[in-house]
Amino acid sequence: MTLAGRLERILVPVGAIAAAMLVFGLFCAALGVNPLLVYASIWRAGFGSWYSWQNTLVRASPLLLTGLCTVLPARAGIIVIGNEGAVVTGGLGAVAAGLATQALAAPVSLAAMLAAAVFCGGAWIALSAALQHYRGVSAVISSLLLNYIAIALMNQLIEGPLRDPSSLNNPASYPLVPDHRIAYFSGTHVHYGLLLGLAACLLAGFLVDGTTFGFSMKVAGGNLRTARLVGLPVGRIAVMAGFLGGACAGIAGMIEVAAVHGRANESLNAGYGYVGILVAFLARQNPVAVIPVSLLVGGLLASSGMLQRAHDLPDATVSVLEGILFLFILLSDTVYGRLKLQGGRTHAVAA
Amino acid sequence: MQLQPEGLGVWGIAVAVAGGALRGSIPYLFVSLGECLTETSGKINLGMEGVLLMGAMSAFAVSDLTGSPWLGVVAAALVGLLLGAVHAWLTNQPAVNDVAAGIAMILFGSGLAFFFGKRFVAPMAPQLPLIGLGFWSRIPAVESALRISPLFFIGVAASFLLHWIFTRTRWGLQVRAAGDDPQAARALGINVSGVRFLAITVGAALAAVGGAHLTLYFPGIWSEGISGGQGLMAVALVIFARWSPRRCLAAALLFGGAQSLGLSLQSLGVKGYYHIFNASPYVFTLGVMIATCSPSRRLAGMPGALGRK
Repeated sequence: MTLAGRLERILVPVGAIAAAMLVFGLFCAALGVNPLLVYASIWRAGFGSWYSWQNTLVRASPLLLTGLCTVLPARAGIIVIGNEGAVVTGGLGAVAAGLATQALAAPVSLAAMLAAAVFCGGAWIALSAALQHYRGVSAVISSLLLNYIAIALMNQLIEGPLRDPSSLNNPASYPLVPDHRIAYFSGTHVHYGLLLGLAACLLAGFLVDGTTFGFSMKVAGGNLRTARLVGLPVGRIAVMAGFLGGACAGIAGMIEVAAVHGRANESLNAGYGYVGILVAFLARQNPVAVIPVSLLVGGLLASSGMLQRAHDLPDATVSVLEGILFLFILLSDTVYGRLKLQGGRTHAVAA
Repeated sequence: MQLQPEGLGVWGIAVAVAGGALRGSIPYLFVSLGECLTETSGKINLGMEGVLLMGAMSAFAVSDLTGSPWLGVVAAALVGLLLGAVHAWLTNQPAVNDVAAGIAMILFGSGLAFFFGKRFVAPMAPQLPLIGLGFWSRIPAVESALRISPLFFIGVAASFLLHWIFTRTRWGLQVRAAGDDPQAARALGINVSGVRFLAITVGAALAAVGGAHLTLYFPGIWSEGISGGQGLMAVALVIFARWSPRRCLAAALLFGGAQSLGLSLQSLGVKGYYHIFNASPYVFTLGVMIATCSPSRRLAGMPGALGRK
C-alpha cells in the first residue's frame, strides 16, 4: 500500500473521532456543561495518571476480546452483534469448569476454564454464523436474540444449580478457589487477562493477513459466488470464523469471572459485549487496530464515574458519546478515496 | 395487571392469552408496520430498537411533564421522525451500509434514551385511557383482559391504511417501485432518494409510537430494559409476514400471544423456571426465523432491491 493510502487509513478515523468529540462537546454545551471541562475530565479519568491508566487497562482487557467477536466473523461477511451473549456463556462455562476442577492443581483448573470458555462462547456465535449461512437467518437478528437467551440461562443457573446460598440479595454462583484465579501485575489492579487480550488481537491479525485461512475468509466475505467457484468450503469458513470470534468473547467472560469478580453474577452482562461492537467498527474490522481502539474506548468507560461526580452528568453520558462516535465512523466511510492524497479508492472491508 | 387465570382453569389461560395478544402485540405491530414501510422502499432499518427506546422514553417524559399522555404519543412520533431522518440521511451517503447504520442507531438511540431517561424517575406518568371490550362478561378476569389500549385500534387502522396506500395510491406505487428496482424507478422520473427518505422517517415515527405504548400502558414506568429486544424482533416479524401490512397485524397478534402464553403458564403454577419462561419469546422468534428464511430461494413478497443503493 502506498504511503498516502496508509496516511489516509489513519487520518480518516482520527478525523472522525475528532468530529464526534466536537459534536459531543456541542451536546454538553447545549445542556449547560462546559465541554472543555468535560474533555479535561475524560482525559484525567482515562489517561491522566498511572492510576487512571490502570482503570483504562482493566476496561480495555475485555474490550480487546469482545471487539474481536465482531471483527473475525465480519471478515467472512457475517455481522454479529451477540457479543454480550458469548461473554455470558463463556463466563458461565468458565465458572462451571472452575468449580468442577476445584480439587485439581491451579494450572489444570485454569486450562479447563479456558477450554470451557472457548467452547461455550465459540459455539454460541458459531450457531448464529451457521444459521445465516445454511438457513439465511440474519446473524444480526439471531445473535441479538441469543443475547437474551444467554442472560436468561445465566439467571436461571445462578439462582438455581450454581447458586451460592450465602449470596442473598445479589444471586451469584459459588466462588472460585482463590488460588485458581487469574493473577494481577504486582502493585497494580491490572490483571494478566490484558495479556490474553493483546495476544488474541495479534494472533487474529496474523490469522487474517498472514494465513491461507485468513485469505479464504476474505474471499468468502467479499464475494460468496467467487468463493464457491474456486471451491472454498464457504459454510465451514463462516462457522469457523463465528466460532473464533465467539471464543474470544468467551475468554472475555472467563477473565471477568476468574480475574475480576471471582464468581459468576449479574456483572457478567455489564455491557462489554455491546461496546465491543463499537470497538470493532471503530477498528474498521482490523484485529490489530482493535488494540488502540480498545484503549481509547476503555478510557472513555473509565471516565464515566468522573463525569457523574464532577459535572453531575448521568452515567449514560458515555453511551451518548459512543453512539455519536459510531455514527461518525460510518459517515467517514464516504470520505475514503475522496481526500486528495492518492488517485484510487482504498480497499474497505465490506460491512 | 397480572391476571388470575387460576379460577378459570384452561379457559382462564385462553382469556389471558387472548388479552395478552391484544396488549402485547401493540409494540410489535407499530414497529413491524414501520419496518414494512421502510423495507418496501428498499431500505432496511435495524435501528428500530433504538427508536423504540427513544419513543418510550420521550412519551413517558412528555406525559409526565404535561400531564397529557396523548401529547406523549405525539412527542414519541416526532422523535421517531427525527431519528428516522438521521438514519435516512446516513444510509443515503455512498459506502454507508444499511446494516451497520442500523447497529449504530441502536447504540445511539439507546444511549440518548438512557441519558435523558435518567431525569425522569417519576414513579408513574399519566397513562392512556383504556377501552373496555369486556362489558358483556360478568367475570372480572375476562373484563380486565379485554381492557385494550386505544393504540391497538390505531395500529389496526394503520395496517389497513398502509395496505391501501401500497395498493391504491400513487405514493405507494412509488415506494414499491423504489424498493423493487430503483434504477427503473429513476428512469420513470421517480425521486428514489426522496421517496425512501419519507418512507424511513414515517416508518421510524410509527415504531416510536409503539415505544409510547411501553411506557403509557400498565405498569406505566420507564426503565432501561423496557424494550427487551422487541424492536429487532419486529424486524424478524416483517420477514415472517412477507412484507404485507395486513399479515404484520396477524403476526403481531401471534407474537403478542406467544409472549403472554409463557406468563400465563407460569402463573398457573409451573414455577421454578421463571427466567427460562422469560426467554420464550426469543426462542419463539428464533424458531420462526429458522422456519421462514431460506438461504437459496428469494422469499415471496420480498422487495427486489432490499438493502441495495
